[in-house]
Amino acid sequence: MRKNLTQRLLQAVIVLAGVTLLIFVMLRIVPGNPIETMMGEHADAATVARMTAELGLDQPLYIQFFRYISSAVRGDFGTSYSLGKPVSQLMGSAFVNTLILAVFAALFAWIVGIACGICSAMKKNRLPDRLFMGFSLLGISLPVFMAAMFLQYIFAFQLKWVPISGTDSWAGFILPAIALGWNSAGQVAQMTRTTLLETLQEDYIDTARAKGRGPLGVLIHHAFRNAMLPVLTMMTVQFSGLLSGAVITETVFSINGIGRLMVQAISGRDIPLLQGTALLATTVVILGSLLADSLYSVLDPRIRKEG
Amino acid sequence: MNDRTLEVRNLNVTIRTDRREVRPVNDVSLDVLAGSIVGIVGESGCGKSMTARAVMGLLPYSGKVDGGTVRLCGREITALPEKERRKLRGSEISMIFQEPMTSLNPVIKVGKQVEETIRLHTECSREEAKEKTLAMFREVEIPEAETRYHCYPHQLSGGLRQRVMIAMAMVCKPKLLIADEPTTALDVTVEAQILNLLEHLRDAGTSVLIISHNLGVIARVCDYVYVMYAGRIVEQAATEVLFGRPTHPYTRGLFRSVNSLREGSATLETIPGVVPNLFRLPAGCSFSLRCGQCGANCEKNMPELLETEPDHRVRCFLTEKEDAE
Repeated sequence: MRKNLTQRLLQAVIVLAGVTLLIFVMLRIVPGNPIETMMGEHADAATVARMTAELGLDQPLYIQFFRYISSAVRGDFGTSYSLGKPVSQLMGSAFVNTLILAVFAALFAWIVGIACGICSAMKKNRLPDRLFMGFSLLGISLPVFMAAMFLQYIFAFQLKWVPISGTDSWAGFILPAIALGWNSAGQVAQMTRTTLLETLQEDYIDTARAKGRGPLGVLIHHAFRNAMLPVLTMMTVQFSGLLSGAVITETVFSINGIGRLMVQAISGRDIPLLQGTALLATTVVILGSLLADSLYSVLDPRIRKEG
Repeated sequence: MNDRTLEVRNLNVTIRTDRREVRPVNDVSLDVLAGSIVGIVGESGCGKSMTARAVMGLLPYSGKVDGGTVRLCGREITALPEKERRKLRGSEISMIFQEPMTSLNPVIKVGKQVEETIRLHTECSREEAKEKTLAMFREVEIPEAETRYHCYPHQLSGGLRQRVMIAMAMVCKPKLLIADEPTTALDVTVEAQILNLLEHLRDAGTSVLIISHNLGVIARVCDYVYVMYAGRIVEQAATEVLFGRPTHPYTRGLFRSVNSLREGSATLETIPGVVPNLFRLPAGCSFSLRCGQCGANCEKNMPELLETEPDHRVRCFLTEKEDAE
């Protein structure tokens, strides 16, 4: 297990290095000169050349890369061209908002998703099942911006229960969390239902019934934990997806998170900021899948066995 | 009266499929006397497992008992509400299954799984339950009980897993243990050990109903045998009687196929044909399609299960004729 984890961590580092290189190269291949974008159309050639030299963009690519890597390991991701602040500082404050949003969205998705899945499985092919599965399907198929506007219209505009956008108070996170989490909730609900129904066919479920367990006891004590193994993996991956920034949700609800920062970086050809946010998203996803693997082996003794 | 642990009378089980209904258990009556091991033998799909499940109250959702009674120590149990039924399971009647590999929950320690049965049926503390579990492990001869208690199913061999299953079934001292193909998935030496264990349990006062297609297993441990074919009992007798004078053509066919192996004959004797589809049973005797001695009457009418000698019943027109002559 420990050996396995070390191996996985090493792999993660290699993947991260590879992705960094890829992002770095890609940003320099795409057409468009960031300096020109920064200075405006009427900047004279001499100023552009001076700025390019100042930012080190006239150096060969490999030198630029090693400079970037060596300062990145020290936590310095450069200074944003468009916002004029250190990238690490910008990402830090944006990540807090994204984190809060992701935690809320995930809580909503998991609680609602698992509950719907269990109810559906228990009432298979009956009315509650169809209602819950309809709710899930809606979440999966509805684009986030539509779900967002729909929620805004009802709960903020008509009922005025929560603010329509912004993050001045905690209440501001409720609608975006639901809009963002609905999709994940739908996926979790469908998967929970499917795996639960599959698990209920297993031989050990018969054994549990034969020893006198009632339907609820069988479900909770015997089926649930086995059924949740694949669902758990999915939830961890979902969470890292939520953490790496929700571009549309953050835009619709004016939340200053990683997603919005990324959009800003792209439209402003802000290479340091774009690099930083892309790297952050990658790290979060890699850590997420690492966590999923470790959790799986904690919950399933058959995987745990190799010392 | 109460020397019968289990008394099944005219039991019918119906399973509803999309449009039609089939009856995998048809008019089955059987007794398990206290302190005996009784066997049900037959090919796959003959209804033996379905009979056991009906007795347990664990029929699949599409199946139901429609007609007949099941008495456990004189008490009718088919009409009991599900909640009452549940209380009997694991405490009065227990069941072990064919596949010890998949019959244990893979993510729960085996000790805990045995303990669960105790805690479902008796009020006792964790420590007491653990004590009882360990005592039961020793009784079913699981070596190093304390260590095994903390094992997960995948860490145990097939034989040990079946012992754990038996421990789980026996820990509340049920009156009846139903063993559905208990040794089919095990190798022969382990099979012998498990059968010894079942005999030991019988001697300790639990009646056992064994379901098997293996005549060797039946001969080895059973006191009384029922032969099932296509949902019906076709022959029943004490083990020595049945093995000494098998009478129904189906039973004789089963024995011939085993004996041809034993006598080292070059070809394996078989019963021609396959078990009939329950949707398309012949009008008369269910075995008529495969029977070498099938007469005109056999194709039209279902014979009764009649006594040919004291406590030996056969469902066949041929034996009836012999009696008449």
